[in-house]
Amino acid sequence: MRGRDREGGFSGEKPKKEMIMEALDVRLQLKPKEYRSSIEPTWCAGCGDFAVTAAICNAFSQLNVNPDEAIIVSGIGCSSRLPLWMRTFGFHSCHGRALPVAIGIKLARPELLVMVTIGDGDAFSIGGGHLPHAARRNIDITLVVMDNQIYALTKKQVSPTSREGMKGSTTPYGTIDSPMNTLTMMLTYGATFVAQAFAGNPKVTGDIIKQAIEHKGFSFVNILSPCPTFNTVDTFDYYRPRIYNFDETHRDKRDRMKAFEIAESALNHTINPDAKVPVGIFYKVEKPVYESRVAGLKGKYHGADITDLKAIYNKFRT
Amino acid sequence: MEKDLIIRIAGEGGEGVISTGDFLMQAAARLGLEVVTFKTFPSEIKGGYALSQVRVSEEPILSQGDSFNILVAFNGEAYYMNKASLTPGTVLVYDFPGGDFKPEEHPGVFMYPVPMSKIAKDELISYISKNMVAIGAVAELFGIPIESIKTSIHDKFIRKGEDVVKINQRAVEAGAGYVRKNLKKTDPYKFPSPRPQKDVIVLEGNQAIALGAITAGCRFFSCYPITPATSIANYLSDLMLRVNGYVYQAEDEIASIGNCIGASFVGIKSMTATSGPGLDLMTELIGLASMSEIPVVIVDVQRGGPSTGMPTKHDQSDLFAACFGTHGDTPKIVIAASNVEENFYLTIEAFNLAERYQLPVILLSDASLAIRVEAVKVPDPSHIKIVNREVYKGQSDADEKFLRYKITESGISPVGIPGTKGAAYAATGLEHSEDSGPRTNPETRTVMTDKRWRKLSHLEDEWNPVEREGDLEAGIGIISWGLTQTVVKEAVQHLRAKGLKVAALYPKMLWPLPVKAIESFALTVNKVLVPEANYQGQLADIIRAKTSVKPIKYNVYRGEPFIPMEIEEKVESLYEHDRVGV
Repeated sequence: MRGRDREGGFSGEKPKKEMIMEALDVRLQLKPKEYRSSIEPTWCAGCGDFAVTAAICNAFSQLNVNPDEAIIVSGIGCSSRLPLWMRTFGFHSCHGRALPVAIGIKLARPELLVMVTIGDGDAFSIGGGHLPHAARRNIDITLVVMDNQIYALTKKQVSPTSREGMKGSTTPYGTIDSPMNTLTMMLTYGATFVAQAFAGNPKVTGDIIKQAIEHKGFSFVNILSPCPTFNTVDTFDYYRPRIYNFDETHRDKRDRMKAFEIAESALNHTINPDAKVPVGIFYKVEKPVYESRVAGLKGKYHGADITDLKAIYNKFRT
Repeated sequence: MEKDLIIRIAGEGGEGVISTGDFLMQAAARLGLEVVTFKTFPSEIKGGYALSQVRVSEEPILSQGDSFNILVAFNGEAYYMNKASLTPGTVLVYDFPGGDFKPEEHPGVFMYPVPMSKIAKDELISYISKNMVAIGAVAELFGIPIESIKTSIHDKFIRKGEDVVKINQRAVEAGAGYVRKNLKKTDPYKFPSPRPQKDVIVLEGNQAIALGAITAGCRFFSCYPITPATSIANYLSDLMLRVNGYVYQAEDEIASIGNCIGASFVGIKSMTATSGPGLDLMTELIGLASMSEIPVVIVDVQRGGPSTGMPTKHDQSDLFAACFGTHGDTPKIVIAASNVEENFYLTIEAFNLAERYQLPVILLSDASLAIRVEAVKVPDPSHIKIVNREVYKGQSDADEKFLRYKITESGISPVGIPGTKGAAYAATGLEHSEDSGPRTNPETRTVMTDKRWRKLSHLEDEWNPVEREGDLEAGIGIISWGLTQTVVKEAVQHLRAKGLKVAALYPKMLWPLPVKAIESFALTVNKVLVPEANYQGQLADIIRAKTSVKPIKYNVYRGEPFIPMEIEEKVESLYEHDRVGV
């Protein structure tokens, strides 16, 4: 028998403490970096997604998440590589399809922790059709969007969250599209937890992610995560003076109208240089989660009158 | 007396044409008779021409048959659509007087006017019971026990209340009473005599798929409504909950296949069912399942394409899409069922193949098979083999490193399931190495592509339930797939009875193509004929591409299956014109 060493590998005799913990069926709390796999991120230096990864690891560590029972699902894009750097289960799926894969996982094995980590193009453009349905059903999944307002893996095209006038390789004249307010959108869709964070503040980001995981229901965390390579407008330096945390002034998180009011202001900064960028938890409300309602249905039917295959076949006799 | 009897009911959609056929089918099944139905109707909520045909026999039935013995015409359109088939010796039961048409003279045809609409309207004050009046008349004319039909009516309508049961039963009696009082039976047809009750269940094609999935251990099903696949979800919605599973109606077909891949990733057998348009949408994620080696079953109940095409009509034109739809070199398996019973067993096999080889399996059915009803021998679960994927058991040694895509001789590597210690890995659609980490160097790419395809390299030896029948050496050998196989079987019987040397091969696996079986079959015949319900001759083209066989194509693409007579005539003409012989 071997024990886990500090590097997250396995070597040496199991320490006594761990043996006791195991006997008590309690796992040793992993350190944040022990949630990382041996694969090094391929992101550019200065990418906001490093801080998001660290924040997720911090949240996992604080919540003592078992990596063998947690899954991070992603789509395609720079940020969607995140599950590959983690030592939990992961599923790096197709562009725009992380939510359907995550929903299948959650419905099949509700006991697993399921997180989705994707970018703004993946979430709001190609995968946008899946958002309302995950939200309205209140499936217990934590959706973390790393929003850099650009398509970076394909080298600088505007995304649904790019501000008007943003220049991209397909819009060299500056886009004439208006940006999408993803916060009011997710509130409208019925998400029961809506928050925004800034990668420039990993501690607050980690705390919000932790609360999002703890929230029973569909949680949406939009993280402003600057791209140092292809978005020279929405940078760390741009956001830093504009970010303000509204948690002090918005305490009743069930206040939906107040949530809308603050969220509505989130894009003001793209037209008014003096406007602030809100971060914090806009909305949080308890509602029955989809999986528990499914469990209720299963309980109602299971073992009622049909328990074996022969009995099922017999239903089809004339 | 014919040994089997074909009754065709035709009228306008919404008039109870389909349920009339269903009641006759149930009556036959109750009498211990063999029964096969054929139905076709337009893709409308109400209106349009609908047809329901019931073939009953004392002996096993292969196909829907060539034509009918008895036509029950609910309206003028039904009469005109079928007029040409009213040949001497057939029977016409029609709505007269009071209906919307008066038939012409048909010498040699037995004509029975029954005022179905009038009786329903005037005597029963319930126009919608017109079809029940027709059922009563048919029962009286051809000796179907009225009590059996009344029992079926009770079972079907009791949920709607005693009143509904009574009015329908009264309508049946009124139809029978009219015949007794006013008509004299002159035709020779009679419902076959009751047989000893067999141990059967009566299933529709789509019900058989649903039951097969439950039997195989499927516990998650996600779908998006689409004709003619939806009823699979309908049947499963209740059954799944009873076996602790769930049917999820997703926002679109892309989501439904994504849901299934997710559920299977964590170890739960999963299936989706769709038709051509949905299969198109699923294509990218079918590639993901193949690349990340996740078992998943996709049922494609084919309909007339392209685009929206003919949603309720028979077609066998999705074979190319199923085999070649995905981009890249994508290992997957495509199989096709020919009848209701095969729908059941091949659904189970689809899961077994998906689990054993860890890849997507597409089961092809079609719009006609979806609603075809057959009496099927009750399956015995203890004799059904269920395969489960090879699973990584967890770290026995702390130094052990789990390699999800470990290179093996068979190409199959154990799967890590969440909850297993040390089994965590990140699946990816990117090219990857044994440890699932992304890797695009030439060596890894080559080795991993080989590994994925190696899983299928001996498939034909490991699983290929191909049937061959007919003469050991023959002038014409027929290769067919899907529902067409049932028609070919009947045609082969007739042709051989006429003394022609004919053989047939019935592959169930279409991709990878069972090359060895087809090559060796072709060696025993002079010419190979491939009849298919599509324009291009899709299986014929695949055979041509993958084997040395050069098949003769024979295609219909009208939205209806072949009938046996067409195959017979084709084979006979090949014998005549090409002087093929042994």
